[in-house]
Amino acid sequence: MTASQISAALAGLAAIAALAFVPSLVDAYYLSLAISLLQFTVLATAWGMFSGPTRYVSLATTAFFGVGAYTVAVLGEQMPWPVVLLIAACIGAAMAVIVGLSTLRLSGVYFVIFTFGLAELVRQIVVWYEVNISRVLGRYVFVDITPSDIYWQLLALCVVVFATGYLIARSRFGFALRIIGEDETVARHCGINVTVSKVALFTITATFMTLVGAIMSPRWTYIEPSIAFNATISFEVVIMALLGGAHRLWGPALGAIPLTLLFEFLSARFPATSTLIMGVVFLIIVYALPAGVAGLWERLRAWPSRAQVQSAQA
Amino acid sequence: MTNAVLTGLVLGGMYALIAMGLTLQYGVARIMNLSYGEFLIAAAFASYWLFTGWALNPLIGLALVIPLSFAASWLLYRVLLTPLVRRAKTRDALEVDSILATFGMMFIVQGIMLTMFGGAYFSYSFLAVPVTVVGEVIALNRLLAFGLAVVVGLALYLTLTRTRIGTAIRAVAVDPVAAQLVAIDVTKTAALAFALGGALVAAAGVLISMFLTFSATSGVVFTMKALIVVVMGGVGNLLGCLVAGLALGLSEALVATYVDPGLTLAVNFALFLGVLLVKPAGLFGRVQR
Repeated sequence: MTASQISAALAGLAAIAALAFVPSLVDAYYLSLAISLLQFTVLATAWGMFSGPTRYVSLATTAFFGVGAYTVAVLGEQMPWPVVLLIAACIGAAMAVIVGLSTLRLSGVYFVIFTFGLAELVRQIVVWYEVNISRVLGRYVFVDITPSDIYWQLLALCVVVFATGYLIARSRFGFALRIIGEDETVARHCGINVTVSKVALFTITATFMTLVGAIMSPRWTYIEPSIAFNATISFEVVIMALLGGAHRLWGPALGAIPLTLLFEFLSARFPATSTLIMGVVFLIIVYALPAGVAGLWERLRAWPSRAQVQSAQA
Repeated sequence: MTNAVLTGLVLGGMYALIAMGLTLQYGVARIMNLSYGEFLIAAAFASYWLFTGWALNPLIGLALVIPLSFAASWLLYRVLLTPLVRRAKTRDALEVDSILATFGMMFIVQGIMLTMFGGAYFSYSFLAVPVTVVGEVIALNRLLAFGLAVVVGLALYLTLTRTRIGTAIRAVAVDPVAAQLVAIDVTKTAALAFALGGALVAAAGVLISMFLTFSATSGVVFTMKALIVVVMGGVGNLLGCLVAGLALGLSEALVATYVDPGLTLAVNFALFLGVLLVKPAGLFGRVQR
């Protein structure tokens, strides 16, 4: 380890320690804002962990988020909290394996189409089940979890997500994923099991999304499928990760923070036109910042040296 | 049973028509348009507005909406999507870019409709007269919509197979690079195909508004069904659209009648996965090397 790495690690630890004290320092409004920030940071980072290296655009964040939230609504009162979280994570992982195995072997389009409809599909199945078999549509979540608890759980999850991303990037697995992202045929020729790698990564990241949904669930006291499977979450997560830059681990967080604040402001001030404004912001990002803030920063940093190379060549 | 099959056929014909437009946009212009259904709903709203506000027959509305949508789609391709086509190094890169751009567009169009009309469901009553067909009662507007869908689909098929410009469009669908060798202007042809797709989806939107209720947010479902039909039938293949569209409509109607109306989407996806497991390139698609 070099000195800069050690100092970066120390700074990270200090930041986590400082963030852990936020609930005791701020009032309820800022705590809920901090929860939203953490929620979207985790979701966008998890999204970028999969879509960054593999370049598969997943539009299914809501499906996993909703499954987590709804699992808590069903089981929350019957079992201890850690068991509920564990079950939610298992359901999310199982769903990701099924979706991954059936679509990730094929070209990217099939995956996009499938994830585009996944949230709606899961919502329809849950509604069907609730109407026909359990005969309750909409459930109350009565669990003994305060907003501060939610905040600390999300903070812990955030640390786990970043640690996982860091470890994956430095492992053989991460190296294999980067080769797949560059060229799948080459990866196959190097002896990489492409399908297993993609499905494994998709499952890991989807499990994080499910856990976020499960942790956030107690914030609503009443949950029904249309609340849990709200399509805007998928959309917001994609644009946050794109703004930050999905090809770096820390990129999506850079997009999540300003956009969460912006959407918070928009939904409070312009509730009627927020969808429209969000769409415009999205288009601007796609056209003006294709590699995100992270890409822009790298280009700016590389700029003087590249100019020297070019002048040397000329 | 006959009733379910009739409903399924009408619905399937509509799906086939919707998917034909998308297969032009995706198969020829290489734009994976996730905002496709939004344009369908926009046309439906236009027809609603013309019918309730100006007492204009939806058939006249059709004649107004189609050229308008053609022009709008052409402009959209030229202004917003051509930069992406230029920027993309490979076909995969264009796919990702177009998915993202049209995903944003979807929210813009939806947002405009939400601010104009709100989130409520709309419908109007046009030719809601019962007619008897092979012993079953069906509303005249459904029958008319189905008939018009057949006419439009047939016209498109003949244009693509019998005319010079249609042949050029098909050539670009097969191989955009080789098409340049026989003096086809690929950019122009792609823009034309994209605009044609827009015109088709507008026609489908007007026809659907005659017999279905719709809201500002119901476009997503149509996009999804169109995508499923296009991929199931094989990208760029009109016959595939027809067969896959009818299969989707029939299976939906049968499940809604005999199992549960709430499971139609599950059936769509089951059918989709089933076809892809057997034939990954779609029913009529060729395997790409």
